[in-house]
Amino acid sequence: MGTYSQQFLQQTVNLVQLGSIYGLLAVGFSMVYGIARLVNFAYGPIFMVSTYLLFFFGTLMSAMTETAWIVLVFALIGASALTALLAIIIEKIAYKPLRGAPKVSVVVSSVGVGMALEYLVLSFIGPNPHRMPTFVGNSRYTVGGVNFSLATIIIVAVAVAAMVVLNLYIKKSRTGIALRAVAEDGLAASFMGISANWMISVAFILSAIMATIGASLYGVAYPTFNPYFGEQINWWSFTAAVLGGIGSVKGAILGGYLLAAVNVYSPMLLPTSSWRDVVAFGVLIFVLMIKPAGLIGKKRIEKV
Amino acid sequence: MESVGNRKPGTPALHVEDLRVSYRKIAALKSITFEVHKSEIVSLLGANGAGKTTMLNAISGAIPVESGEIRHDGASIKGVPPHRIVQKGIVHVPEGRRIFADLSVAENLRVAAYLYESKRKTLFKERLEFVLSLFPRLKERYAQAGGTLSGGEQQMLAIGRALITGGDILLLDEPSMGLAPMLVQEIFDTIVKISQTGKTILLVEQNATMAMEISNYCYVLETGLISFEGEPEVLRQDNDIASAYLG
Ligand SMILES: Nc1ncnc2c1ncn2[C@@H]1O[C@H](COP(=O)(O)OP(=O)(O)O)[C@@H](O)[C@H]1O
Ligand SMILES: [Mg+2]
Repeated sequence: MGTYSQQFLQQTVNLVQLGSIYGLLAVGFSMVYGIARLVNFAYGPIFMVSTYLLFFFGTLMSAMTETAWIVLVFALIGASALTALLAIIIEKIAYKPLRGAPKVSVVVSSVGVGMALEYLVLSFIGPNPHRMPTFVGNSRYTVGGVNFSLATIIIVAVAVAAMVVLNLYIKKSRTGIALRAVAEDGLAASFMGISANWMISVAFILSAIMATIGASLYGVAYPTFNPYFGEQINWWSFTAAVLGGIGSVKGAILGGYLLAAVNVYSPMLLPTSSWRDVVAFGVLIFVLMIKPAGLIGKKRIEKV
Repeated sequence: MESVGNRKPGTPALHVEDLRVSYRKIAALKSITFEVHKSEIVSLLGANGAGKTTMLNAISGAIPVESGEIRHDGASIKGVPPHRIVQKGIVHVPEGRRIFADLSVAENLRVAAYLYESKRKTLFKERLEFVLSLFPRLKERYAQAGGTLSGGEQQMLAIGRALITGGDILLLDEPSMGLAPMLVQEIFDTIVKISQTGKTILLVEQNATMAMEISNYCYVLETGLISFEGEPEVLRQDNDIASAYLG
């Protein structure tokens, strides 16, 4: 099998797949920060819960139909709706009362919410790993000695489509412009008739939808999951978002692919794959030393 | 309650009564009573720190009120949050303009139509056309980011935004602040033009001379209390007040 360059190409395919998932997840993470100025460390555990919801809806739908894409679509709709609901409840209970309090207290609160979610899933479902139903068949194609699976193509296509649609929504729609206005100046936006509270909820809803789509794609690539893997997702989403410039959608996407590149290429160059996270962290620190606001983040003056 | 300024009969468009506002127990407004009638230009004058901005913030719901009453067409609007005050037709053009710097001029204007954009597209078009005819310079800068505009252009955008919300009471906080004299004149001329379309204007200014020229009625605010009220002519003739508060 393959020359070094073929191996490199193969890894690049993996990079694009992984980067698309990371990018999507980082967008969901970054979005909430952009609007609510809130680092939501419950994001990973919310992602984990949405994975379980996808599993339940997927299993339920699989019993009713054999058509994989119908199963996927309905599982996505059901899981997105419940995940969004969960995210809004968390915001109202754990974050909203802390508005105006020091930022650290919100971070602590989000970590606590994350632990609570993990604990809830552990106690109701247990620690054993589960396996996601098959949403995508396992056809494979070979082009120039490089393997593509149907799964890879679908993961990349869906993730890119989701990011493009979200970006268009934020750029062009009435709600999208209102979101950006609130992100810049909540009080001035309220003078235009926009409820900052509602826009923060919208940010949490969009974040939850991105997390759920991300969870479904992640489940296609890596079908086994357990209640603990939200922590990993937190770390990736946070790193990718901060790398690109937290609060920026484009930055998050860029950060996602960059993080994937580190993850995919560093095992080719380094002795053991356990170095990956160290390299990722090194890249993060390096980027932040040169550009403290991230690759394409803007330095903002904090408003009182 | 003592009656203030019997200059027009009927219910005032805006009526503030014995209002008290404090920041952490320190009173910024102690007992403020004044009224603004429909289609008037009323100015609220006073030195830096007198409490003018606090007054407008209290009306628009941006800060809480300790005691007293704020009425719009006779109905209390005390404690109504800012995004609902706009629905009542009261629109605040804040100090320092606070336009959305990362949004284009077009988006700044569009976001002001947030409340009715999807239901009444032609209304938005009409108001937009009016604003662009009032401020042709905004048309030239249409696709530019708000943050790249000059101070004068940003003020135009801030007023334009307010007009697009459709509010009929405008609260203008120091629209002439930091502008070159020629632009100041232009902004004041525009305020008169807007007033002629039937809008009611509560104008906060440190530039008392200019403000008095276009106002129907004036109040002078001094450390949280109204120290004078009357028609601009009377105010101008009162040398004591003129020299003490208006500079
Ligand atoms: N956010 C705030 N916190 C504490 N004190 C404030 C705040 N805003 C204004 N003040 C105080 O209230 C008084 C009135 O301020 P302000 O309404 O801004 O006056 P003006 O607009 O007439 O210059 C001043 O003494 C000011 O220091
Ligand atoms: Mg002021």
